[in-house]
Amino acid sequence: MIGRIKAVFGNMVVAQTEDRVVKNAVGYCVRNDGIKLLCEVIRVRGDSVDLQIFEETRGLRVGDQVEFQEDMLSVVLGPGLLGQIYDGLQNPLPKLAEQVGFFLEPGNYIHALDTERLWDWTPKVQAGTVVEAGDTLGSVPESIFEHNVMVPFGWEGQYTVRTVAESGSYPIGKEIATLTDSSGNERTVTMEQVWPVKRPLCVAKRRLLPSKPLVTSIRIVDSMFPIVRGGTYCIPGPFGAGKTVLQQITSRHAQVDIVIITACGERAGEVVDTIREFPELQDPRTGKSLMERTIIICNTSAMPVAARDASVYTGMTLAEYYRQIGLNVLLLADSTSRWAQAMREISGRLEEIPGEEAFPAYLESRIANFYERAGAIELRDKRIASATIGGTVSPAGGNFDEPVTQATLKVVGAFHGLSRSRSDARRYPAIDPLDSWSKYVGIIDPKKVQKVHNTLRRGDEIRQMMTVVGEEGTPIEDFAVMLKAEFFDSAYLQQNAFDDVDAATSVDRQRFVFDKILEVLEADFVFKDKNEARHTLRKISSMFINWNYARWDESVVPESDRQDEPMNKAAHKDDEATERGDFKEILGQIDQYVQSLLKNADKSQAKDKLEQATA
Amino acid sequence: MSRRQPEAIHKGHACGGEDNNDEDSQQRYDATLNNLGQSIMRTFYDEISQIAGNVVTVKARAIGYDELAVITTNQGSSLAQVIRLEDDQVSLQIFAGTEGVSTGDKIRFLGHSFKVPFDDALLGRVFDGSGRPRDGRPEVKAEAVEIGSPAVNPVKRRVPEKMIHTRIPMIDIFNTLVGSQKLPIFSVAGEPYNDVLARVGMQADAEIIILGGMGLRHDDYLTFRHRFDEAGVLGRTIMFIHTAADPVVECLLIPDQALAVGEQYALQGKNVLVLLTDMTAFSDALKEIAITMEQVPSNRGYPGDLYTQLARRYEKAVDFDGAGSMTVLACVTMPGDDVTHPVPDNTGYITEGQLYLRNGRIEPFGSLSRLKQLVNGETRDDHRAIMNACIQLYAQCEESREKREMGFELSDWDTRLLKYGDLFEEKIMDLNLNIELFDALDKCWEILAECFDPEETGIRDAIIEKHWPHETHQTKPEPQAETVQA
Ligand SMILES: Nc1ncnc2c1ncn2[C@@H]1O[C@H](COP(=O)(O)OP(=O)(O)OP(=O)(O)O)[C@@H](O)[C@H]1O
Ligand SMILES: [Mg+2]
Repeated sequence: MIGRIKAVFGNMVVAQTEDRVVKNAVGYCVRNDGIKLLCEVIRVRGDSVDLQIFEETRGLRVGDQVEFQEDMLSVVLGPGLLGQIYDGLQNPLPKLAEQVGFFLEPGNYIHALDTERLWDWTPKVQAGTVVEAGDTLGSVPESIFEHNVMVPFGWEGQYTVRTVAESGSYPIGKEIATLTDSSGNERTVTMEQVWPVKRPLCVAKRRLLPSKPLVTSIRIVDSMFPIVRGGTYCIPGPFGAGKTVLQQITSRHAQVDIVIITACGERAGEVVDTIREFPELQDPRTGKSLMERTIIICNTSAMPVAARDASVYTGMTLAEYYRQIGLNVLLLADSTSRWAQAMREISGRLEEIPGEEAFPAYLESRIANFYERAGAIELRDKRIASATIGGTVSPAGGNFDEPVTQATLKVVGAFHGLSRSRSDARRYPAIDPLDSWSKYVGIIDPKKVQKVHNTLRRGDEIRQMMTVVGEEGTPIEDFAVMLKAEFFDSAYLQQNAFDDVDAATSVDRQRFVFDKILEVLEADFVFKDKNEARHTLRKISSMFINWNYARWDESVVPESDRQDEPMNKAAHKDDEATERGDFKEILGQIDQYVQSLLKNADKSQAKDKLEQATA
Repeated sequence: MSRRQPEAIHKGHACGGEDNNDEDSQQRYDATLNNLGQSIMRTFYDEISQIAGNVVTVKARAIGYDELAVITTNQGSSLAQVIRLEDDQVSLQIFAGTEGVSTGDKIRFLGHSFKVPFDDALLGRVFDGSGRPRDGRPEVKAEAVEIGSPAVNPVKRRVPEKMIHTRIPMIDIFNTLVGSQKLPIFSVAGEPYNDVLARVGMQADAEIIILGGMGLRHDDYLTFRHRFDEAGVLGRTIMFIHTAADPVVECLLIPDQALAVGEQYALQGKNVLVLLTDMTAFSDALKEIAITMEQVPSNRGYPGDLYTQLARRYEKAVDFDGAGSMTVLACVTMPGDDVTHPVPDNTGYITEGQLYLRNGRIEPFGSLSRLKQLVNGETRDDHRAIMNACIQLYAQCEESREKREMGFELSDWDTRLLKYGDLFEEKIMDLNLNIELFDALDKCWEILAECFDPEETGIRDAIIEKHWPHETHQTKPEPQAETVQA
C-alpha cells in the first residue's frame, strides 16, 4: 500500500493513494535521503489521507513516498518491560543513545524488548487444555514477580493446547506453545505479543468497584483525600506548586506492585532525576532497587508533539498488561495538559471546528475514555488486579476553570488541587485541604475525617472573619478553633518530602497519629487569654512535628490491629537515630502535656462553677 | 534588511555609529546569498500566487519542508523559509517582510534548512536574525550547522551539579543559578532586566557567552556591547541581535541561532551561557506569523503551540554526559505585570524556577531556583541556614512594616526587624552589589548580628557557633566589594 505526499504543514502530511488504507494504521513517510518517518493515519477523505508524523517533518517533499501498514500504533508486550526507559513510541532510550548518540535523530526505531536475554520458562498448561485469550500458558520470573505468558489478548474463541515448551531458558521470540482453534487451524504463541495502544486492554471476568485503598504514604492523601486501587485522580496546579514532586514521592512510596511514570511533554531534567536516582534507591518492601518495579515512558517537551499524544496511551497499555498478569499497577502521567495541547495542535492542523480555548470538541470524551481505562478487575482465574491512573493538570494561568481541568474533574474519583498560596507559603504538599475532594473511602474512618474537615473549614471562616474584626473582636473559643485547625495543618497535613522518615507515613502510623490529633482537636482546653492559647498550640504543634521525624514504633499498636506490610528493616540508617527523638518517648510527652492542660481546664471550670455558685 | 527604507538605515547608522548596515555590506550579503543559491540550484521560481502578511506563496516542485530560499526583489535579497507545502504551492515566510515584494520576483531554493556557521571566528562578532554580520565585518566562512537540532536523549543528560557564580547576592545566596539550568527573569517593562543580564554575562564564570537579543532597542544593544567590551569578555561573546527596527520574522531565528551555536560549543566540552532577551518579543513574533497563517489562536491571540515552541528552545539547556553544558538565562517582560499572561505563564511551566524583578530588585518571595538544592549544600556549611533565616526574617519585617503603616504600636522586636529589613535591602538586595558568595554570606551574618541575638535567628547552634561574628561593633575590613555602575 503506497501513497505519495501531497502537502506538508507542521507535523501533518496529506498523502494521496489509490490503495486501501486503514484509519489509525501506522505508516512511514520516506524522506529522499531514505530515512523513514513513522506516522499514523488520522483522517481519510476520498483518496486523500491525513497523517500525523511522529517525527520532525523537516526535509519531506511533495511527491515523497508513503508506505501504509495494516497495524495500528502498537506496543510490544512481554517479559523485560520492567526497569526500561522508553520514549513515547516505546523505543528504549538507553539503546538509542548507544546507537545514535546524544540526539534523538528522526527515523530510528528499536525493538522494545531485549530479544537475546534468556528467561526461565515454566509451563502451566498441558497439551489438551482448553484456553482463551488472556489465559496463562506458563510463566517466567521477572524482578520479584511471576510474569505470566498469556494467550494473545486479541485471539477470539477457544483454543486447545497442542504443544507446550518444556521448562528451560528461552528468549522471548521462542515458540512456547502451539494452539488449535475450533476449526483445527494452528497458531503459535511466543513470549511477546503486540497490542494497539489506543484500544483498551481488559480481558476479565468482570470489573469491580474499586474500593481497596491505594496507600501513597502521603498523609494528606491517604487520610483526607484517599485514592483506591483501580481508581483515578488528578492533580491540577499552577506552575511550581509541586505537581511533579508529589508524583515523584508517590512513585517511590506508593504501595503497589508496579509504577509506570509517563513524562508527557514536561522537562527532560525531571526524568533524568528519576533515571539517575531510582537504580540507587531501595524499595523498602522488597529490598530491591526501585527501578525494578518501574517503567519510565518519556516524551519530554522538546520531543515531537504527535509522539506526546502516543506516550500516555503507551504508558496506559503497559499498565493494563501488567494488570492482566495479576498485579496492581499505578500509572502516573505528568502532565495530561500537554497531551491535551498535542490534541489541540493536531486538531488545528486538521482545521476542525475549535471549541473552548481552541481545544477540539472531542477533548472531553478523549479524557473520559482515557481515565475509563483504569479499573479493578477480577481475572478469569479469579485473581484481582488493578490499574490506577493519577494525572497532573497544568491549567493556563493556574485557573482551574479551563477545559482540561474541568473535563478531568468530571471523570476522576479524587481531586488533589494544589494552590499557589500554599506553595508560596511553603506548605508542602500544597494540596488545598478545603478545595480538594475524594469520592473514595480510605484508611481512616470517614466520620473522623469529617470531624477534622469541619475544624479546618471553621478555622478558615474564623481566620477570614478575623481580617475584618481583628483579633480583639474574635471570641477566644473561636480563636482556639482557628489555632487547632492551624495545628492540624502544620503537624499532619504538611509533610517533609526530603526527610527519610517524614517522607513516608505507613497506614498504622497514620491511624495512630490521626487519633492522637483528634484527641487534641476535641479536647476542651481552657485558656486565660489568646496569648496562652497561641503559645500552647504552638507547643503542641512542635511536639507533633518532632514526633513526625521519629521512627515509627509499631509496638504502640496491638499486634492484632496492625496492617502495615512488613518492611525491609535493613533500609534504616542508624547513624541518624541519635538526631531523631524516640517515638514512644515523644508520645509520652504529648500525653503528659495534654493531660496537664485538661486537668487545668477541669480545675478552672470547677473554680468557675464555684464562683458562679457563690455569686 | 534588503527592503528597509533607506532613511531607516541612515538613522540607524547615525545613532548607532557601530552598526554598519550600509550599502556595501548589503551588496556583499546579496552576493553571498546569490552564490549560495547558484551553487546548489540554478533554477528559480517566479510564479508567485499570493503575498499575505509575511508569507509568499510560489509555484515550485521538489522542495523540502523547512527548506531555506532567497527571494530577490528590485530592492535586494532576503532569506525565506518554507512553512507549508501543498501540491506545487510552496508557502514561504520572508524574513525581511513582504513589503514591496512583487508577483514577478524570483525565488531560489537552497536545498537545506537554516544553518549557522560554527567556528571560533564567531567570537566577538555580531549577527542579525538572518545570520548576516551587523558589525560591518565580513561573513564568517566555516562549516555550518543546522538550527533546531532534535531533542537530546534524556539518558545522555547529567544531573546538574555546578553552581554558576554571578556575584549578585540575591542570585548566589537565595536563588542559586546552576549550570545547565533554564531560568527566566520575569520583569515589568522599565525594570533594569537587561542590566541584570549583562551583569550575569560579565561576571558569570562561563567559557562562552552568547547573547540573543529580540526586539531590542538599539541603545540597549550598544550598551550590551559596550559593557561586554569594557569587562573584557567580548572576546568570548557572540551576539545575535534583532532590534525593534528590524523585520519581525528575523526575530524568530535569534534563539535558534544562539542555541545552535551554544550547543556546538557544549558538545565540544565548553560551558556555555546563553542570554536571551526579550522572549516576550519572540512570542509576539510567533503570534504575528500564526495569525497570518490563519491558525486558530488559543489564548489572547497566541497560537496553541506556544508552549511547544518555547519549550523546544528552553529545553536546549543541557549538561551533556561526556561533554560540556549550556545554561539559559532569559528575560520575559510581563505585559501589565501579569504572570498569568500566556508568555510568562507558559514559560513558568517550562523553566526551572523564575526570578521576579520588581522595583529594581529581585523579589525575595516569588523568586525560586528549582535547582538550587543541588548545589547549595556544597558551597559553605552556613549557606542554606543563611538562605532560610534571612528570608524568614525579611518576611517578618514586611509584617512589621505593615503594622507601621497601619499606625499600630511597634514592639522592640518590630523595631529591630525594621532595622534589619533596611540593612538587608541596602547591603544584600541592592542589584548593584558585586560580591563573592562567601563575602555575601559574611555580610548577612554581620547584619544579623547587628540586629538580633543568635537564638532569634532560628539558626542551628552548631552553625551559629562557627559563624556568628564575635565583635560586631568593631570595624572590620570591608569584604572586597565594588559597586557596579547602573
Ligand atoms: N513536597 C515538597 N517539599 C519541598 N519542596 C517542594 C515540594 N513540592 C514542591 N517543592 C518545591 O517546588 C518546586 C517546584 O515543584 P514541582 O516541580 O513539583 O512543580 P510543578 O507543579 O510540577 O511545576 P510545573 O507545572 O512547572 O512542572 C520544587 O523544585 C521544590 O523546590
Ligand atoms: Mg512539573
